[in-house]
Amino acid sequence: MSSTHTVPLKIYFGVFIALCVLTGVTVWTAKHDYGALNTPVALAIAGLKASLVILFFMHVKYSSKLTQLFAFAGFFWLVLLLVFTLQDFMTRGMLPTYVFKH
Amino acid sequence: MSSTVLSPSAKASPSSPEGERKTFLNADYGWKSWLFTVDHKRIAVLYLISIMVFFLIGGTFALLMRAELLTAKGDLFEAETYNKLFTMHGVVMIFFFLVPSIPAVLGNFLVPIMVGTKDLAFPKINLLSWYIYIVGGAATLFVAITGGIDTGWTFYAPYSSTYANTNVAGTAVAVFITGFSSILTGLNFIVTIHKMRAPGMTWFRMPLFLWAQYATSLIMVLGTPVLAITIVLLGLERVFHIGIFDPALGGDPVLFQHLFWFYSHPAVYIMILPGMGVISEIIACFSKKRMFGYHFIAFSSLAIAIFGFVVWGHHMFVSGQSAYASFVFSFLTMLVAIPSAVKVFNWTATLYKGQVSLETPMLYALGFIGLFTIGGLTGVFLAVMGLDRHVHDTYFVVAHFHYVMVGGMVMAFMGGMHFWWSKMFGRKYPEWIAQFSSVVVFVGFNFTFFPQFLLGYMGMPRRYHQYNAEFEVLNVLSSAGASILGTGFLMTICYFIWSLKWGQVAERNPWGAKGLEWERAPSPPPTFNFEDGERIVVTEDAYAYTHEEPHGGSLQEARK
Amino acid sequence: MSDHAHSTVGLAHHFDDLEQQKESGTLGMWAFLITEVLFFGGLFGAYAVYRSSYPDAFMRASAQLDVNLGGINTIVLIVSSLTMALAVYAAQKGSKGGIIAGLVGTWVFGAAFLVVKYFEYKHKWEHHLIPGPNFLFPDAHGVGQHGTPEQLYFALYFAMTGMHAFHMIIGLVILVWMMKKARRGDFTVHNYALVENFGLYWHFVDIVWIFLFPLLYLIGAHSGTPGAPH
Repeated sequence: MSSTHTVPLKIYFGVFIALCVLTGVTVWTAKHDYGALNTPVALAIAGLKASLVILFFMHVKYSSKLTQLFAFAGFFWLVLLLVFTLQDFMTRGMLPTYVFKH
Repeated sequence: MSSTVLSPSAKASPSSPEGERKTFLNADYGWKSWLFTVDHKRIAVLYLISIMVFFLIGGTFALLMRAELLTAKGDLFEAETYNKLFTMHGVVMIFFFLVPSIPAVLGNFLVPIMVGTKDLAFPKINLLSWYIYIVGGAATLFVAITGGIDTGWTFYAPYSSTYANTNVAGTAVAVFITGFSSILTGLNFIVTIHKMRAPGMTWFRMPLFLWAQYATSLIMVLGTPVLAITIVLLGLERVFHIGIFDPALGGDPVLFQHLFWFYSHPAVYIMILPGMGVISEIIACFSKKRMFGYHFIAFSSLAIAIFGFVVWGHHMFVSGQSAYASFVFSFLTMLVAIPSAVKVFNWTATLYKGQVSLETPMLYALGFIGLFTIGGLTGVFLAVMGLDRHVHDTYFVVAHFHYVMVGGMVMAFMGGMHFWWSKMFGRKYPEWIAQFSSVVVFVGFNFTFFPQFLLGYMGMPRRYHQYNAEFEVLNVLSSAGASILGTGFLMTICYFIWSLKWGQVAERNPWGAKGLEWERAPSPPPTFNFEDGERIVVTEDAYAYTHEEPHGGSLQEARK
Repeated sequence: MSDHAHSTVGLAHHFDDLEQQKESGTLGMWAFLITEVLFFGGLFGAYAVYRSSYPDAFMRASAQLDVNLGGINTIVLIVSSLTMALAVYAAQKGSKGGIIAGLVGTWVFGAAFLVVKYFEYKHKWEHHLIPGPNFLFPDAHGVGQHGTPEQLYFALYFAMTGMHAFHMIIGLVILVWMMKKARRGDFTVHNYALVENFGLYWHFVDIVWIFLFPLLYLIGAHSGTPGAPH
């Protein structure tokens, strides 16, 4: 138990303010059109916010390597799911055997 | 057989006066002591009884199907009834027998003992998982009794979501519920293996059974939730018709297949990896040799678990999936053959110059190696897109996955049950009958499923209750084999039950095996697994069989 | 149930010490969160597929949502995450009052989120935006159409936010139970794993929303489409 790391209060409040600001930023950027970059920008901001929550609110920054690995594994497998599903939908009709129409 | 091993710790009470020693079986009496138990060994027994019930139900469906297929004409059942039979056979056997079989029975029993602790990390959650399983099982039986389901165990949309008139929603709920039991088991094993290992039990001293269970648990935890959400979407589609899998409303049924197979292909490895773990234990014990390539086998389990997640598209070569995706999935699928073959080669190498003895568990293990190799290699055939076009949805596929599921997992389960039976119940099964029935099972299995490779290659499609007359001879062979196979299983169940009362009382380590469960725990173990107050400290590698001197305990003594 | 000499209050029989028990609990919680990531992951996968298939329909449908309500709810949820983190902090310091205050704050803001969500759902209900036979999406002339691809957006909207809200409801129930335990003084400096692990769960639910907000509310914001007449 002695190994428990207490995160200073100012970090909690700092993260909180950062999350609020980033929420504002994501709304603000959404009102502008960056073409193909719209979604990547939105996801990057969301990813940053999520990282702040994971690292500080969920203490992963101060946790064991094992916990960090577990936290990473869930998202890694989510990426596997997304990438390998989308590699089908994104490449429909690229090769001439099958034509996908909406 | 049964060489008496003078293991360093075998001092205490292997056979104190009959029935006096407290074991987990007689620690407490009455139905409450079983239904509210948190002892992992009792929960394993509860699981054993329940999965055997489902095995018999699923087996009955199979025999009814084989009876129908005895003749080319569809003369025994209506087509609709036959559709329900193969669907219920698949659902029951996969979700209620194969997935929980080795993890929930042998895994529950052995994981805490093998890591050298008193119980799993979360005993109450372990019990909860059994109750969830029972609720899901009851729901499935309810569906079976009230009309069944005819979509095939894969529940492909849009047939399942829009057109089927059978109880898809009920089955979906049942499978959804059961998934949580699987998740909880996996979660418990992962935490137990990480956090509860006895002092000295390093990762590379763990028996390979634990590595296999760990890899399996990873799949359970990572894959099952996706099945759960897929079923939720299927249910929403079916009940509210939200269009998500309906092409008429812009949805794409192929998405269902992607999400479904994201779980269900790795689930195939849930249905074989634990079996591989059992085979490693048996091969080492009955060769009286250190495992050849221990590290390779351990890591190949993890490799199979991880690679197994990125090959699911090989089920979808003819679904309209893009050719590019099919190419990638085909390539990755062939890669999975590597870690599988690593295991087969290492088992075989372990046998080489070992002191091989052919008791029943070993017969099953050797059968496993041969049958799994056939099942695995035909899997490589099917990974080839061109051949898959030809044999997709034929009996070739049916034969392939039965060689893996039955020839692999069921053989391993049988081998494991024979291997650890005396440890679980303190009685020995009759060896000669067991050896005989293992041969019956092996012969029956091959008669049942080998003809199906030929049938499939000739073009007989799966899931039809009637077929062309030219396929009849091979189908008769297959049905005859199924009856032999069924007889073999029934014989096994009978002598197992018989042995509970009349079997010879087992000593602590009848096989002269290595491992905490044999050397440090009595048969059957007490509630907290080891003798009172005994602190398990592991000082040697797994399978520390001394080749020249199989009876001695001197080497490991010296090492201390 | 062997109680050894050193501090073993709250130690289950099969663990060696509280350290091992706590580490096991935390690891178990993380393993559970992995399952949660993948549970929601299936929905995100479906979203990715249909959004890439129907980008314009998704933008039109998204414009039906109220960005302000979504934004307010995002802040509300972040506040509740902060109070939860503060409850864990108080538990580490052994402050009973602090734990209770943190849990109550978390509950209040969590409930506020659900109230806002209720009004959003009600609005969708009134405007025939619930997927199913009664779904109607206004075309360019404001005439409601059945079975348009916008329905897929709303199917995913309700599946994702509904599943998220379901997790919050479960969280609120657990919070009530934890408040009772906190008042009884069950949590000590040595034994507060429950507070910590619930905190992980609550933060995870927050993370899901952090992704849902831009993906559901903001994808049409730049197009300036005012959406359908309200």
